[in-house]
Amino acid sequence: MSAPAAVSAELRKFLWASWMQTTVVQLARYTVIRGFTLLITVVIGVYMTVLIANMGGYVDQIRKAEIREEIAIRIMNDPAMRMRSPEDRLRIIEEQVRLAERRLGLDQPFLVRSAYFLQNALTLRLGFAQLMSSDSGSRQVRWILIERLPTTILLFATADLLIFFVSVLIALMLSRRYGSWLDRAFVVLSPLSAAPAWFYGLFLIVIFAGWLRVLPFGGLVDAPPPPTFPEYALSVLKHMILPASALFISSIFISVYSWRTFFLIYSSEDYVELAKAKGLSGRAIEYRYILRPTLPPIVTNFMLTVISLWMGAPILESVFNWPGMGRALYQAIGLFDTPVIVGATVIFAYLLAITVFVLDIIYAILDPRVRVGEGGQA
Amino acid sequence: MQSLRDAFHQLRYYPSALVGLVIIGLLVLVSIYTVIAIPYSQAIELWRAGEQTWRALPRTAPPAWFNLFRREKLPETIALDSRRGQVSRAERSVEGGKQIALLYAFEYQADDFPSEINLFYDAVYQAKPPFVSILWRTPDGREILIGEFSARPSGSFRFDQDEALARRVRRLIGDLPVSTGLFTAPNLQGAPRPLKGSYQVEVRVLAFEPQATFDAELVVYGKVYGLAGTDHLRRDLRIALLWGAPVALTFGLLAAVGTIFTTVIIAAIGAWFGGLWDDLIQRVNDVVLMLPFLPILIMIGTLYSRSIWVILGASILLSVFGTAMKTFRAIFIQVRNSPYIEAARAYGAGSWRIIFRYLIPPVFPVVIPNLIILVPSFVFLEASLAVLGLGDPVLPTWGKVIENAVANGAPYRGQYYWVLEPAFLLMITGLGFAMLGFALDRIFNPRLREM
Repeated sequence: MSAPAAVSAELRKFLWASWMQTTVVQLARYTVIRGFTLLITVVIGVYMTVLIANMGGYVDQIRKAEIREEIAIRIMNDPAMRMRSPEDRLRIIEEQVRLAERRLGLDQPFLVRSAYFLQNALTLRLGFAQLMSSDSGSRQVRWILIERLPTTILLFATADLLIFFVSVLIALMLSRRYGSWLDRAFVVLSPLSAAPAWFYGLFLIVIFAGWLRVLPFGGLVDAPPPPTFPEYALSVLKHMILPASALFISSIFISVYSWRTFFLIYSSEDYVELAKAKGLSGRAIEYRYILRPTLPPIVTNFMLTVISLWMGAPILESVFNWPGMGRALYQAIGLFDTPVIVGATVIFAYLLAITVFVLDIIYAILDPRVRVGEGGQA
Repeated sequence: MQSLRDAFHQLRYYPSALVGLVIIGLLVLVSIYTVIAIPYSQAIELWRAGEQTWRALPRTAPPAWFNLFRREKLPETIALDSRRGQVSRAERSVEGGKQIALLYAFEYQADDFPSEINLFYDAVYQAKPPFVSILWRTPDGREILIGEFSARPSGSFRFDQDEALARRVRRLIGDLPVSTGLFTAPNLQGAPRPLKGSYQVEVRVLAFEPQATFDAELVVYGKVYGLAGTDHLRRDLRIALLWGAPVALTFGLLAAVGTIFTTVIIAAIGAWFGGLWDDLIQRVNDVVLMLPFLPILIMIGTLYSRSIWVILGASILLSVFGTAMKTFRAIFIQVRNSPYIEAARAYGAGSWRIIFRYLIPPVFPVVIPNLIILVPSFVFLEASLAVLGLGDPVLPTWGKVIENAVANGAPYRGQYYWVLEPAFLLMITGLGFAMLGFALDRIFNPRLREM
């Protein structure tokens, strides 16, 4: 990076431009390859979801029952059919059901149909819910889940970012004060991260909402919602404190503990010693020689944290009554609404893939070896 | 193996590991006690029993040791049963039948009022049901008529649900609930205070047949109960809290052992055979790593079975692949090139012999901390599923207690004990394993210990 002063400004500019160019090209290539691999992963994951859902036989049963009911009601209510004998009507119903099943491909072998299911699931044509409806009144599973997505992302993205930056700062600080009481405290407290976020949520609710009465028990905004935007945002923020803190507490200790270890490993490298010998300031050493090479493993570690936090969404959101996608899944379990459960699994698969994809790209920006290498072999 | 033994000796120098070991030891002892004291079938029967089994327990009562921390003592349940000889009985023959008088006497010293009062009775008669009247005598000598009714063969008289009694209490004592009014002096100003002293309840039965019998249990429900308290169905939480221990330990250990050993074996196979196998295992690993684990388990729980064993199998299958697989593969690839493996090949050992005798045993020091660290995550997984309503349908577990508590609004109603007791036990269990595992990890992986 630090070119000798003798290099002319022009040459420097040229070098910079070519470096940028190769970086962008490499990054683009890496992005495409990685995106493609992840897409394959999603396809396989969704296909597994389809298989699990179908081996339970529920998807077919539900659809067949729906078709039969629909046709039976139509025939029974048809004035022209009233004249016919009951046997005749039954025969007509059977005939129509057969035709409808044929039209929808329900008479085809499972392997063929599973391909259709896969296609539908991948394009998020998730069908209709049995009982639930979306907040705006749609019966489509897609809308039930997607309408809830922003609140989920708001909560989880806030908590994730908070965890990332606070952990990096604390870990860096602890690596500098290795062996201090604070450092030992984090080592001792790291097992606390064995418990999931909802678990800490219960304690937080009991303490701050039940006992001290300073924060709301749950929900997204006050009832009735405040009319102006700033008040609304403030109210949401107030409701977000407890669930975000639960997420934060559940992963901060282990993140700090393991990231501090990464920092310690990298700060014992020879080039750090050299930098110290050169007389660079502590801050410069920390940011350029320790933080920079440690970021890739930290990002990998963070990715796993984010994934495991995503998984906790259904419970955390229902403990806090947070109207997100996880809570929709929780409600669907309670109502036994299979299409919603299957749809939620598919959307979660996508969410995970997108999370991994974004973090992979950040990783590739941070670690040139990855994008120069075979690509996709993170 | 020598290193393994050395490592365990080193545990002495890690206080957190010792604490962890003590916790795990206690949990094992509690589990053994529970399984012997309350056998599986009995536990399930008790947990799923209805009102009949638990009728003498108060609803959602915190544990009795709460009183140790309160200046104002909450009442404990007083249950007096004429069949158990806790009641003085007087029988007298009268024309065309007999008169039975049951006298229930008890001391009331608590600073709060009981939550309910019920009388459960059994009457044996041929044709004409006996006539029952209940009288209440307070320490200050007042006598209040509680109720008069014709007995059924088996029934109950619920003081708080009797309209006539409620009216009488309003008229004689003040505008108070029945079980409060009966324990206070009439026309008091301010908040009602319980009147302490000896109370008497007389049940007078007029039977119209000489062979008729009448027995009854009077229950003055307290506001605290036992070691663990009760839930909304009057069940003693002690049973669920005790049984939660063996369930959590079994689930956590089986899942962790199953997962780790399968992972190790698959990673070893991939690393040893290399080529296509290795590639395949790696790709499968990449895919499974990104599957939405909990939603898939939820799907399995909803569509197939909620049995704890099915969920256990599914969680093992889904957790076999993951970051641990990558770690072990990297280690095996290093070990694969060691000279002693070459020596084994030279003497003609087969692939499987090499994998199981020479490749896998040296990695045990890495496996064991991983295994122990994995236990809490499965313990919490079981609890998470239970909280989602996908717990095992019959077994009482900690997660199910939390689910019941949350579903019945315990955190909002101030019934904190109901949530905190199982949560505390889960926490202790998780911490015990995690502390031991982290300490072992530092012992077995000296690179980190130097840090």
